[in-house]
This record gives sequence, structure tokens and C-alpha cells, in this order.
Amino acid sequence: MPGASNLAPVPVDRACGKRLCSRDMDQLEELRNRAAAMRRHILRMIHASGTAGHYGGSLSCVEILACLFFRHMNHEPGNPRWPDRDRFVLSKGHAAPALYAALAEAGYFPMEHLDTFKRFGSILQGHPDMHLTPGVEMSTGSLGQGLSAALGMALAMRLDARGSRVYVLLGDGELDEGSVWEAAMAAAHHRVHSLTAILDRNLLQVSGPTEASMRLEPVAAKWQAFGWEVFAVDGHDPAGILEALRGANEVRDKPSMIIARTVKGKGLPALEGQTACHSCTLTEAQFSEAMGRLGEC
Amino acid sequence: MLKSTRDAYGEALLRLGAMNPRVVVLDADLSSSTRSSRFAAQFPERYFEMGIAEQNMYGVAAGLASCGKIPFASTFAVFATERALNQIRQSIAYPSLNVKIVSSHGGFTASGDGGSHQTLIDVGLMRCLPNMTVIVPADAVQTEQAVAAAAEHQGPVYLRLGKSEVPVLFEAGYSFRIGEAVPMRPGRDVTVLVAGTLLGQALSAAEALEREGISVELISVPTLKPLDRERILGSVRKTGAVVTVEEHSVIGGLGSAVAELLAAHHPVPMAFVGVNDLFGESGSEQELYARHGLTARGIGEKVRAVLNRRGGGRGRG
Repeated sequence: MPGASNLAPVPVDRACGKRLCSRDMDQLEELRNRAAAMRRHILRMIHASGTAGHYGGSLSCVEILACLFFRHMNHEPGNPRWPDRDRFVLSKGHAAPALYAALAEAGYFPMEHLDTFKRFGSILQGHPDMHLTPGVEMSTGSLGQGLSAALGMALAMRLDARGSRVYVLLGDGELDEGSVWEAAMAAAHHRVHSLTAILDRNLLQVSGPTEASMRLEPVAAKWQAFGWEVFAVDGHDPAGILEALRGANEVRDKPSMIIARTVKGKGLPALEGQTACHSCTLTEAQFSEAMGRLGEC
Repeated sequence: MLKSTRDAYGEALLRLGAMNPRVVVLDADLSSSTRSSRFAAQFPERYFEMGIAEQNMYGVAAGLASCGKIPFASTFAVFATERALNQIRQSIAYPSLNVKIVSSHGGFTASGDGGSHQTLIDVGLMRCLPNMTVIVPADAVQTEQAVAAAAEHQGPVYLRLGKSEVPVLFEAGYSFRIGEAVPMRPGRDVTVLVAGTLLGQALSAAEALEREGISVELISVPTLKPLDRERILGSVRKTGAVVTVEEHSVIGGLGSAVAELLAAHHPVPMAFVGVNDLFGESGSEQELYARHGLTARGIGEKVRAVLNRRGGGRGRG
């Protein structure tokens, strides 16, 4: 595969110029703690809503969001409309619990709101709403549209000569939507290098394995053929994710796609990698066990 | 004088581009037809060619709008509203983003291309969307001003234009305002409401009916949403009968909007000049208009029919 040098996580911090130094280890430890806290928020949020929720696809993208919101992106939670901020679009809008967990942890809104997820009158709708929730940049939910919106944001930033970058998280099942590939062509055609897409490659969609519902592989070659720089990482390894995000920042004249290999339902032992975890309810026992493993009894 | 509404759009975009640096334009490989090509030549850095990919174009327009740009995204009416409907719903109308959806070749004006290219449901689709303003101008002057008004308006707008040259009916001093219907001639017996470029046919019909002794109050209704309720109700209270005229299905467009208003507030006998739940077909515009009664003669017949139903002869008030 072309660009093979980019296809493996490399635990080297360019700023340090050597193997991971102690400062990096502290930062990675912090990201792991943030990820654990986000998982607890996600479980509590969905469980408290009293309805079936999208545990699987929320838990698979936790480290990706943690790296973006707590290390990589340039943003100010106290000033969500800061014009020079980097933007994040959750194209796979059903992972809203993961985004809400990151935004609450980052301080965009008080934690208490998490208990109102999906309730009538809540600022936390079942899918992201850009006007109700501070920090949400685009209303999503109908799949296949976030990449187009992110491209529009990146074009606007370029017109205004701002240095802001735009990040968009896509689901792998979502790539069935033709509009994703329209946007992929357009972003490469317009040479938008301030756009980084991340694919939550958890291998499952509602009906089962992506490869059974609609064959996606070779997915890296597809994006390369569309004119994108492609990185491949372990989507649960913060060091690898950060390395790829920094690598994407250096790419010129084309957009970047980071294919993050993940496990759907990561952190829910009984449901990890199971089709059923796409949208489900947890028994009290399952909930308590998972919360206990995440460091809270 | 004849001029197409799409030509008026192309010229209006040029003026807007010079005045307002926030205005950007997108098209889906039809800029020479929609006339957005003139903006593309003048302001290439603010023009984005999106290829034959309408879904992505309207999503990109939403992203641009979310960052403070005022995108005008144009293509044929059938592709704008039908191909990209869910993008318009999810990414533009639902978050009420400031995107201007401008379509050319509305109604039968894609004449020779046939039913695949003629949309008669676009206005209905757009009118159903919360937050969407819907404008169907009658001529080039109304179009030019509607483009400027759309840029000033904060929120999504659907502006439906045609392909062909049509009479210029408004004078340069005319001032378009969103939501404002325009009285064209006063009358006593029947209210005729027109959206779009059939206004010239309706004027001819009104003159012919006048000679028969039927006094028509003719009103141009360029904004279908929000509807000018006061103007329409005021006229209908006076005449007691109404005919709507549009190059659109009788389901969902001006006729439906007016029927919804009158049913709730002032029910009167009503007739609809429009397309009766049919797709289009190839032919000249004149042939297609004649087939569906979208002519001065067809309007006259509907006026006489509605007056017969109302009874009481002429003049109610």
C-alpha cells in the first residue's frame, strides 16, 4: 500500500526527538484517565436515559475524541464561538454520548446536563444539535453528511486565511452512503489540507459485520485512490492517534484520513465486538460490572 | 421586454459579490445554465465547483454558512430539491443555516428535456421544511431584488427560477420584501393569486375577463412562505372567491398554502390552476402550458367556474 510509512503507529514524539519522554508519558496517562472518565459518563448517560442507546459506537471512539479534545485541537471551552478555533464534526451522530462526554469533561457545559441525555427539554438531544449544545459545531444524525459540512468549514477557514483545522469523525458503516464519496472527491479536488477525517473502523454496523452488509475493504486503498493521505492507527492507543494527527497537520495540498482500528463497545466486556451493542440496554449487573472495571464502584 | 429570471440571478450575484465579501457561490456543473458562471468568472476565489454531486454541494454550503459565509448554491430545481432533499433537511433547514438554495429550470421550463428534468413538486417539498423561506419570483426585476433580500435574510431560503425569457412586469422602482404580496390590479369579483412567471398570463386573463364584466383582483405572491396572510385574507374577504395560479403541482404549492390559510380563517369557493398530480413530458413550454391549462384561457375558465360555484353573480362586497 502506498504511504506505508504512515500506516503504523510510531511512538516517537517529534517534539522530543527521541523515544517517549516522561512528559509524554504523563500526557498519555492523562489521556487514558480522560478516556476512562468519558466511558463512565457514556455508560451513566445512556443507562440513566432509560432507553436503548448507542453504547457500541460511542465507546469505540473514546480515545479518538480524548486525543482531539484534551491534547490536539486548538479550542477554548469557555469561548465556544472563538473564530480561530479548530472545528470538530461528529458525522456519526449516533455517537453523541461520546461527544457529550468529551464536551462536559472539557468544560463546555456543566456535568449535570449528562443526566438529561435524550430527555424532553434537554440540551443533549439524541443526536448532536449545534444550537442547543455548546461545543457542537454541526447538527448531525442522518449519516453521510458530516464530511461535506467539514469540507465547507475548511473552505471557509481557507478563504478567511485562518489557521484553523477541521476534524471529522466518520463511522465505517456510514461509508455506505454515496454522499461520503462525493465529499471525498471534492475535498481532494479542492486540495483542502486543513481537513482531517478519522474513520472509527470498528468493523460493525447495525446488521452485523461491515464486510457482510456492504464490503468496505480495501478501505485505505479507496481513500488513497480518491486522493487522500491515509494513516492507519490503533484507535485505542493515544500515542498512535496523536502521532497520526500530527502527521496529518504536515500534509500539504490534500486532505488526510486516519483509519483508526477500534473495538465496538470497548470497555463493556460482555458486549465488546458484538453486533448487539450498536444500540442496546444494559442490565443493572452489566452496568455495575462495567462501571467497576472503569474505576468506579 | 423579455428576460429570464436566471439571467437576472446571474446579474444580481455579480452586484452582490461586489458589495458583500461574505457571499460565496457553489454550483453542480450547471453554472453556465444557472448563470452562476458570471460570478465564477468575476470572483473565482469565492466560487466552488462541486461537480455533479448535489448532496455534497448542499452539505458543503451548510459548512460554509456555519462559518459566517452566505452561500448561494444553484443547480436545476429538480436536482436541488429532490436529489439533495435530506441534506437540505438535515444540514440546512434543521440547523437553520444561512444557505440560499437557488434553482433554475423550475416547472416546465426544462421543456424539451422531459419529465425527468421538470419538477412540479419542488415548492411543496421546500415549503414543508421548518425554517425555510420560499420565493418564486414573477419576473427579472422581482428576481434581482429577491436575490438581494435573500442575502440580507438570516436563514435558509429557496429561490425558484425558470429557464426561459418572460415579460418584465415590474418597474425598476419596485421594492421586493420577503413575505409581501403585491397587488397588480384591483377588482371586486374574484381574487387571483399568482406565484411565478405565469403572472403575465394572469394579467392577460384579467384583461379579457374585464371585457366580460368580471372584475379580477390580481395579486402577485412571490413569497409562498411566509405567506402574506393579511393581504390575501383582505382581498378574499372582499371578493368571496379565489383562484391560485402556479407552474407547480396543485399539491403542496401556492394553492395548498392558500387553501390552508382560507380553510382556517375564511373558507370561500376556490379553484386551482396548476398541474393535477402528474409528471411532465417533452414538448415546448407553450404545448405543456396548454396541456395543463397554465394559460390566460385556462385561468379564465377557472375564474368563471369558481364564480359559478360561489353564486350570486358578480360583486360580493
